[in-house]
Amino acid sequence: MYSEKVMDHFTNPRNVGEIEDASGVGTVGNAKCGDIMKVYLKIEDGIVKDAKFKTFGCGAAVATSSMATELVKGKTIQEALEVTNKAVMEALDGLPPIKVHCSCLAEEALHAALWDYAQKEGIVIEGLEEPVNDISEHEEILEEDY
Amino acid sequence: MNDVVYFDNAATTRVRNEVVEAMTKYFSESYGNPSSVYKIAQTNKNAVEKGREQVAKAINAEKNEIYFTAGGSEADNWAIKGIAESYLDKGKHIITLSIEHHAVLHTCEYLESKGFEVTYLPVDKFGIVELEKIKNAIRKDTILISVMFANNEIGSIQPIKEIGALAKEKGIIFHTDAVQAVGHIPIDVKEMNIDLLSMSAHKFYGPKGIGALYIKKGIKIKPLIHGGAQERNRRAGTENVPGIVGMGVAIELITNELDKEAKRLSFLRDKLIDSILSDIPHSRLNGDRKNRLPGNVNISFEFIEGESILLMLDMKGICASSGSACTSGSLDPSHVLLAIGLPHEKAHGSLRLTLGMFNTEEEVDYIIKELPSIVKRLRDMSPLYEDFVKNKQIVTE
Repeated sequence: MYSEKVMDHFTNPRNVGEIEDASGVGTVGNAKCGDIMKVYLKIEDGIVKDAKFKTFGCGAAVATSSMATELVKGKTIQEALEVTNKAVMEALDGLPPIKVHCSCLAEEALHAALWDYAQKEGIVIEGLEEPVNDISEHEEILEEDY
Repeated sequence: MNDVVYFDNAATTRVRNEVVEAMTKYFSESYGNPSSVYKIAQTNKNAVEKGREQVAKAINAEKNEIYFTAGGSEADNWAIKGIAESYLDKGKHIITLSIEHHAVLHTCEYLESKGFEVTYLPVDKFGIVELEKIKNAIRKDTILISVMFANNEIGSIQPIKEIGALAKEKGIIFHTDAVQAVGHIPIDVKEMNIDLLSMSAHKFYGPKGIGALYIKKGIKIKPLIHGGAQERNRRAGTENVPGIVGMGVAIELITNELDKEAKRLSFLRDKLIDSILSDIPHSRLNGDRKNRLPGNVNISFEFIEGESILLMLDMKGICASSGSACTSGSLDPSHVLLAIGLPHEKAHGSLRLTLGMFNTEEEVDYIIKELPSIVKRLRDMSPLYEDFVKNKQIVTE
């Protein structure tokens, strides 16, 4: 079902954890769908110095989180914006069709973390839009349902 | 211990050697079509009839009440569509459960699109329907009650005998999808007042692609598969002779061992449940503790997702399944787990282990040993667990 690269990033995920003094944190997805990604970025002088993640989800969700954080490390903010779901998927040698949404979540989580950073710094990152898949909205939905 | 530890016997089972041996001859030497006149054909006709007898005996039916199908799904489709069509003049209402297998649910949905009305009854938090709910759902135009014998995911066993008695009293036809029950718990169609019963050989150490529908004498039912005159004109198609032979041998062997095997599996099941619940915090058993299939374990682990658990188990050589969305092929987790009241996130974190005759206590001990570290590893990676731990700290501070 999964490529060797996906299995490698699932079994030995890179960058699992938290960054205490993160420059930006983004959480996307919702527990209802079974995927939540939280990405921490440490940004200094416009460069992503470190990236960490925590993920609740399937094999593809863990692997894409791992790959996405790996890809943005050392990149400029603009370069980090170009780490798209397509780039993550290609770096993992593809995903089964039903799992493609996981790679979208990885991109959204990165963007959400960058947005958080921009908000904190009071700057505007060109080409970055406010994350739509904000977790707080979904939590409300969850409460309504149960 | 085997390299592969197979805990997915509700999905399918390994065909036992005696069954393979009995079947082999009917692929090679004895390949005749049972409908033909020559000798090898007659031998095969006899083999089919012997299989029918073996199946009938296992559920206390008569030989001519057993009709072979290509499996459990066909039997369910036939029972429900066939009865719906045959009793149209009486009404268009069907009662079933929300936790049925998709072979029943999707068939009912199909009938709804054809103008039938279906009541999908809820179950309690243990996955069992209250008799009163069925009683209240019965209408003048109810033609069929279809209630599964035992659930494939959480193993809950329904009060089949009571439902059968109720259906008989009200003059309504009663079908049960017994795919998970046959060969695992005792079934007596007469005592339980069952009119139609679906079963599938590969769930009790027989081959895939063969099943049967028990149809009580006197029940009218239109065929699902039209064609030749096989199966007393009710199910066309050249008989799957090796399959029928295999199914017959499998059901005879397992029925003879049923009590002993059920006892052995129940012991292993309880050991597994007790150990997991005590070793792993924030875990809960899904389904009924007592009214439960002997080999079924279904546990939800909070803060983690099922497919990840399965991938980690697979690396340890353990085969299992889950009710998470990722394994169901949709965005929603198991309809059964949602029906017993689990919130989505807990349904996503479910693990089903189903034990069978080839499992040993050594294998059970092996998964008991391996599982806690797998759960811990995934929790250490989970933002939900992180939030939980932080909130707990705030509360205790």
